[in-house]
Amino acid sequence: MLKDITLGQYFPGTTSIHRMDPRMKLILTTAYIVVLFVAKGILSYMLLLAWLLTTVRLSRIKISVIFRGVRPLLFIISLTALLNMLYTPGRPALEFWILTITYEGIFVAIKMVSRIIMLITGTLLLTYTTSPIVLTDGLEQLLNPLKKLRVPVHELAMMMSIALRFIPTLIEEADKIINAQKARGADFETGSIFKRAKALIPLLVPLFISAFRRADELAIAMECRCYRGGEGRTSLRQLKYSSIDLKAMLFSVIVFTAVIVLRVLGI
Amino acid sequence: MSAIIKTENLHHVYGAGTPFERMALNNVNIEIERGEFIGLIGHTGSGKSTLIQHLNGLLKPSHGRVLFNGVDIWENIKRVREIRFKVGLVFQYPEHQLFEDTVYKDIAFGPSNMGFTKSEIDERVREAAEFVGITDEQLSKSPFELSGGQKRRAAIAGVIAMRPEVLILDEPTAGLDPAGREEILSRIRGYHEKLNTTVILVTHSMEEIAKNASRIIVMEDAKVRMTGTAKDIFSHADELESMGLAVPQITQVFLRLRNMGLDVDPSVYTIDQAEREIMEVRRKYDA
Ligand SMILES: Nc1ncnc2c1ncn2[C@@H]1O[C@H](COP(=O)(O)OP(=O)(O)O)[C@@H](O)[C@H]1O
Ligand SMILES: [Mg+2]
Repeated sequence: MLKDITLGQYFPGTTSIHRMDPRMKLILTTAYIVVLFVAKGILSYMLLLAWLLTTVRLSRIKISVIFRGVRPLLFIISLTALLNMLYTPGRPALEFWILTITYEGIFVAIKMVSRIIMLITGTLLLTYTTSPIVLTDGLEQLLNPLKKLRVPVHELAMMMSIALRFIPTLIEEADKIINAQKARGADFETGSIFKRAKALIPLLVPLFISAFRRADELAIAMECRCYRGGEGRTSLRQLKYSSIDLKAMLFSVIVFTAVIVLRVLGI
Repeated sequence: MSAIIKTENLHHVYGAGTPFERMALNNVNIEIERGEFIGLIGHTGSGKSTLIQHLNGLLKPSHGRVLFNGVDIWENIKRVREIRFKVGLVFQYPEHQLFEDTVYKDIAFGPSNMGFTKSEIDERVREAAEFVGITDEQLSKSPFELSGGQKRRAAIAGVIAMRPEVLILDEPTAGLDPAGREEILSRIRGYHEKLNTTVILVTHSMEEIAKNASRIIVMEDAKVRMTGTAKDIFSHADELESMGLAVPQITQVFLRLRNMGLDVDPSVYTIDQAEREIMEVRRKYDA
């Protein structure tokens, strides 16, 4: 079902993670991703995993929900693992035909898979606990200095928030159209790849038409409310850092510094 | 006589295991006889659309069974697609699903999925178009050149062309002007009378249902609250009102009259009945 795609979906809540300032969440998530690539030894991974699990725990997002977010990428993850196992030189662990799996390969594969899953989980957590609007608000504020370099920060943020806002709407719409065509005997699931591609026409045509209609309506609605870009625009919600952000920052700085130190020490 | 459609302890839960979990059907047991014209009514969110999507196998029950001609439609997974041809479902705003470059081809989509020959398809398309009042000239147009009401009727024809044994329509008059509404309803009525097809009409307008349905099913909060003829149902006007369903205006007038102490029957729902009732009352008071 299309509904299972949870990427970019927000689960409302009132936990301390939900209440954090979006700027702090963005900064910490970015730092987490960087540090994830810096990390090398098992101990570093354990530290980052602990950081991640603490955050998941605090956000009260169910593990099953996170798993559903990771699932669409399982194929890519398995492929990465397989290629790493096969193409890493070292002591052979398993040999058949012309393929050799090495101990080093297995180790690298495990590392890569954990890294990818931890990466996805970290970013999913950000979108699960932050509403798209708040998220873009935060992003816009963080990127504000770039306005001096004539980067259209506001326009980019607005485009992003509209895109995020309409993902669930379009998914819902697609679900409805699929059902309506199925009710007329459309078959999206069986047949050759060509037949299946052709079967998508009854879905895609109405979906595009409705996307254009929505875009049109939205543009008119925005103009009716005198939208004219970011210049001189103030925000209804003023972002403010609170003590939660301070605690989160301290906790993260300690963990992340530890990982970097371990890397420098070569452990 | 055995029911053409029957549900047994039907339950449906959306988003099981997520924070959005919601019970949309709670122990629904309905029975529909061949040739009936059923009105399914309920407030927005009461579960009407969810229920009808079970009747043609688009949704799978979380618990309970759906029987078509006495056979569980999920008994053989491979046959579920056939059920969709026998139980034709017209979704809400069906004009949003039009996709072909001519109205003719769009109406032909269903029958061609059923695997008919060109001439059989042609016969079905023309018959369906006639039922909904789409002219030959309109058949060769693009669906997007039609007016709102015409588009909607073309989309309904797309389901009728499959010659389903049961025709279900989800709020077919939503968003149309009164003339467009009456046009659609009279077309559906005509179709029902001519072929004696079983029809289930979903709406939240009591007036629409009172005029058309031979039996009414009232839903509230994922459950079936009442079933019966229009007369039965409207005699529970207070209960209906507490469910947020307005009884027809003429019924409201008669309820007021009765509350004022006049001895009238409050389950009146057409102007004709009202006239007869008033004459009756006058005669009583004159005597
Ligand atoms: N695809 C869906 N996913 C999750 N919840 C849904 C879905 N469709 C309907 N619901 C919920 O189920 C309940 C019943 O909806 P529905 O059957 O559409 O009612 P009605 O047609 O009477 O307005 C509503 O609360 C609605 O929000
Ligand atoms: Mg509905």
